[in-house]
Amino acid sequence: MTNYFAYLNLKRLPALLVVFLLAVILPIVRAAWGFAQEPDRGDAIVSGSIADASTLIPILASDSASSEVCGLLYNGLVKYDKDLQLVGDLAESWEIQDEGLTIVFHLRRNVVWHDGRPFTARDVEFTYQKLIDPQVRTPYGGDFERVKALEVPDEFTVRVTYKEAFAPALSSWGMPILPRHVLEKEDLNTTRFARQPIGLGPYRFKSWKTQEKIELISNPAYFEHQPFIDRAIYRVIPDVSTIFLELQTQGLDSAGLTPLQFTRQTDTAFFKTHYRKFRLPSFTYVYLGYNLDHPFFRDKKVRQALNHAVDKDEIIRIVHLGLGTVCTGPFIPGSWAYNDRVKPAAFAPALARQLLAEAGWRDTDADGWLDKEGKPFSFTVITNQGNEERIRSAEIIQRRLKEIGVEMKIKVLEWSVFIHQFVNKRKFEAVILGWSLPREPDNFDIWHSSKTREGEFNFVGYSNPEVDTALVEARKIFDPEKRKIYYQRVHQLLYEDQPYMFLYVPDSLSVLHNRFRGVKPAPAGIGYNFIDWWVEKSRQRYRLTP
Amino acid sequence: MMKRNPYLKIGLTIIGLLMLITLFAPWLRSADPAQIDAAQLLMPPSSAHPFGTDQLGRDLLTRIIYGARISLSIGFIAMGIAVAVGILLGSLAGFYGRLVDTLIMRCADVMLCFPTFFLILAVVAFLEPSIFNIMAIIGLTSWMGPARLIRGEILSLKEREFIQAERALGASDARIILRHLVPNALGPVLVNATLGISAAILLETGLSFLGLGVQPPVPSWGNILIEAKSTLGVAWWIMIFPGLAILVTILGFNFIAEGLKKIIG
Amino acid sequence: MSTYIIRRLLGIIPLLFGITVVSFFIIRLAPGKPVAVEQSLNPRVSPELRLRLEKQFGLDKPLHVQYLIWMKQIVRLDFGRSYIDSRPVMEKIAERIPLTLGLNLAALVLIFLIAVPLGVRSAIKADSAFDHSVTFLSFLFFAAPTFWLALLFMQFFSIQLGWFPISGLTSLDFEYFSAWGKAGDSIRHLFLPVFVAAIGGFAGLTRYMRSNMIEALRQPYIATARAKGLPESAVLYSHALRNALLPVVTILGLSIPGLLGGSVIFESIFALPGIGRLFYEAVMTRDYPLIMAEVVITAVLTMLGNLIADISYACVDPRISYKER
Repeated sequence: MTNYFAYLNLKRLPALLVVFLLAVILPIVRAAWGFAQEPDRGDAIVSGSIADASTLIPILASDSASSEVCGLLYNGLVKYDKDLQLVGDLAESWEIQDEGLTIVFHLRRNVVWHDGRPFTARDVEFTYQKLIDPQVRTPYGGDFERVKALEVPDEFTVRVTYKEAFAPALSSWGMPILPRHVLEKEDLNTTRFARQPIGLGPYRFKSWKTQEKIELISNPAYFEHQPFIDRAIYRVIPDVSTIFLELQTQGLDSAGLTPLQFTRQTDTAFFKTHYRKFRLPSFTYVYLGYNLDHPFFRDKKVRQALNHAVDKDEIIRIVHLGLGTVCTGPFIPGSWAYNDRVKPAAFAPALARQLLAEAGWRDTDADGWLDKEGKPFSFTVITNQGNEERIRSAEIIQRRLKEIGVEMKIKVLEWSVFIHQFVNKRKFEAVILGWSLPREPDNFDIWHSSKTREGEFNFVGYSNPEVDTALVEARKIFDPEKRKIYYQRVHQLLYEDQPYMFLYVPDSLSVLHNRFRGVKPAPAGIGYNFIDWWVEKSRQRYRLTP
Repeated sequence: MMKRNPYLKIGLTIIGLLMLITLFAPWLRSADPAQIDAAQLLMPPSSAHPFGTDQLGRDLLTRIIYGARISLSIGFIAMGIAVAVGILLGSLAGFYGRLVDTLIMRCADVMLCFPTFFLILAVVAFLEPSIFNIMAIIGLTSWMGPARLIRGEILSLKEREFIQAERALGASDARIILRHLVPNALGPVLVNATLGISAAILLETGLSFLGLGVQPPVPSWGNILIEAKSTLGVAWWIMIFPGLAILVTILGFNFIAEGLKKIIG
Repeated sequence: MSTYIIRRLLGIIPLLFGITVVSFFIIRLAPGKPVAVEQSLNPRVSPELRLRLEKQFGLDKPLHVQYLIWMKQIVRLDFGRSYIDSRPVMEKIAERIPLTLGLNLAALVLIFLIAVPLGVRSAIKADSAFDHSVTFLSFLFFAAPTFWLALLFMQFFSIQLGWFPISGLTSLDFEYFSAWGKAGDSIRHLFLPVFVAAIGGFAGLTRYMRSNMIEALRQPYIATARAKGLPESAVLYSHALRNALLPVVTILGLSIPGLLGGSVIFESIFALPGIGRLFYEAVMTRDYPLIMAEVVITAVLTMLGNLIADISYACVDPRISYKER
């Protein structure tokens, strides 16, 4: 056996140590400090999107494609950071005064619009005025109508006074700010600005070819720093199969994936060499809502029974190929408002049967279906076209309910009809739908018993005085530590009451070309530090720079 | 008549076989076409599942066979409706001429001016996409072709001697139309209708692409085939088998139409 | 002739009126309402906005009043603004026209280039192996669902062979290309879409051309020409072909409205911003002004197409005269 240690000349030890330090430890330290390598500039990122944006005026946009592009063009006063904490954006800091009645924002200085004009408090005031203007077609007026007065004591201070303390107000100022000097004399509903916007965000608008692509270029004057990636291009590709084919030729750098694409279709050597996949919890959940005015569903026991009869894990396993978590309530899992003491009900068909029997549902005529007072337990669930996951979930629920003697028919409706004719008018027995899970946990519009008029969002007709009070009280408190007590109680009550059968929180699945560096997944996803992403010169794919 | 008409022979064989398969579907594949099997998601073809399984673990062959029932019924019934309406309106227009003709043919013009797709969407929104409604919609939006054909034939037949003779003998309008005019004008309509069946089946595929076709879990060839889009690259069998089923069937109908054309013309 | 044309043109007006009435009421009575702000359900979107918008759009007025308002605008050729993004409807349609028109024209040219020679040859060699394989192939292409064929082609030509890009109109660096580079790039992008678009029509036209040619070859003047000792090629190409092509002219007229009609399926698969998807999305979101504008345009084009077909038929076929009608 050769003694390798013989090579270790003790005299050389210090030198070796130095080499060792340089070779091993330093890179680690440097990486940890975050200056591993000076990022290269250049290249482009091409993202695939199923739909085109409708407008690039953020306060008018209600579709996700528009919001995504607007996210790079504009900033709000505040934003959520990678850990979903509210931090300053255009506002450097803020103070909450008069027990929550007043918020004072101190704005960043030296921020300029893409046309070079300075950003000031006047722009904030202007945006606010547009948000509450009844002539402007913005869907986001609600939060701002609670403002009693908005004053601009100086160019870089905004003082907002509310009629009553309103905790969600703070996050509502994440609303992108519009440039007053450009839009002052324009009609916001019809202005050309919607397709040639001027913002102050990390990217500037370059071109928009309808239903084809939107191209943005990096803003050298961005107040944080100029993004490293020169161009951000959104391509509209309406069909998911085409998106997948484009990925196979590296035609797209980033796209969302379906569970099947994530697990199997991208499980090839090609994808492993060229792409990185990301699996993060999405901020949405899918549920089956009951019309609580329906005689079948008035009884809490029946709703609890149905909850025991459906195996949510099975739905996740089949529909999302295991990429999701069981949902127990309308809060982001793991966030401060979420109550982790609420445990999902066990899948127990026998228990379900027993509960139903206690509620008076038995199979008296032995036809396999439960009945009560001569009526069989049969109802129709509606859901919208174009969402295969929901339709498939419905098919699985249908089968499980059949096993306990409950017949559930499925009706799939076109979106406009579904919303206007059925959901808004509360003309349904049960509905499968999804909600997004906003970072701001205020759920008043969905669960408060006053929100049941046509077109409002408590369309299941839920009413629980304790939940009502908790929702109202929670809105008045800014401190999350105190506020969370109310939301965790709401969470618990909702799961007990089962106005919805909470089904699952799907994972958000995406793929990104692996030439991008500086990507750091966090609770907020990956996009939060986009301006820090970069590509090594040698791996850049789009060399032509504007 | 079949002897020197290979098209007709091949076409009839294909469609005949297909009809037998759909008729005996429950005996050919005992499985329930809607049976979900979580352990068998997207399995490639094997002896248990000769055509593989789909995203919910359902046997693809079973679904194609049961889907044939739905798709063929859509084809036949939709065309039946179109031909019935077409014959009725076409013969009225051709026989009575003048105002009736103008009215009916203008109606047909109006219908032809709409993109078919617009009509279908409007009606789908009215009626929800149940199988029967899809048949009715396709039928009611494609009667114009048969109507025009019948009208044209009747216009030329009307003045022929044997019709004049019937009339002189005091035959009623209905008798003349039903006993003499329509049967004599039927040839081209038959060819047209055969092509129409395949068009209806293809149209349902298109509607399924947009999510407006037959709704799951009921299998139709359209909604089976669109699954190929979401399973691209991992389940070639979903791309190939339903596609071939449609291809062969349409081919069959078109061959029949070609054969019929030879007999008639 | 000119009186005939004028009469036909005047006839378009009542027809157009009928079409607008019917489609206006169909689309308004169909369930569902505009979903300008409800493309997704978002609790931050206040329900009041919807009511406010309905007022702004005039949707709270009785239907016949709404129709009259619309009619008044149309007479001034004002088609209104889209509900979704408030852009003028005509602007939205106009930006889609070049692509749809170009694509369809290219497909039409391709169809004629392939179908006419194939059909003629099939007819000359009727019942030969060539004839049968052409028949079989054209039936085969006709029988395949568009999106299926498109996906197969994309997988084969774009992914396996890497010949064409998958989707879209131009490369991302298009604007930096030279003129030739631009042309080549566009052709590469449009090749598959044009090819797939042509395939359905090519089958029909080949069959049509074939039967026309066979019909023409049966005519007595062909026998006369042959008897006169004309060379076979002259008989075929200057006598028979000319007559066989006459009816095809009609098809050209009838395909005019189709030139501006898009196909949603096709455009979705190839990610092309054409008219088909514009119209589809308009219907799905109940964007009434856009739907009505599309219907009017399609109807006018269809009727003009029919008229042109009839006239051109009369021009090329001296047996038809419109004088006494």
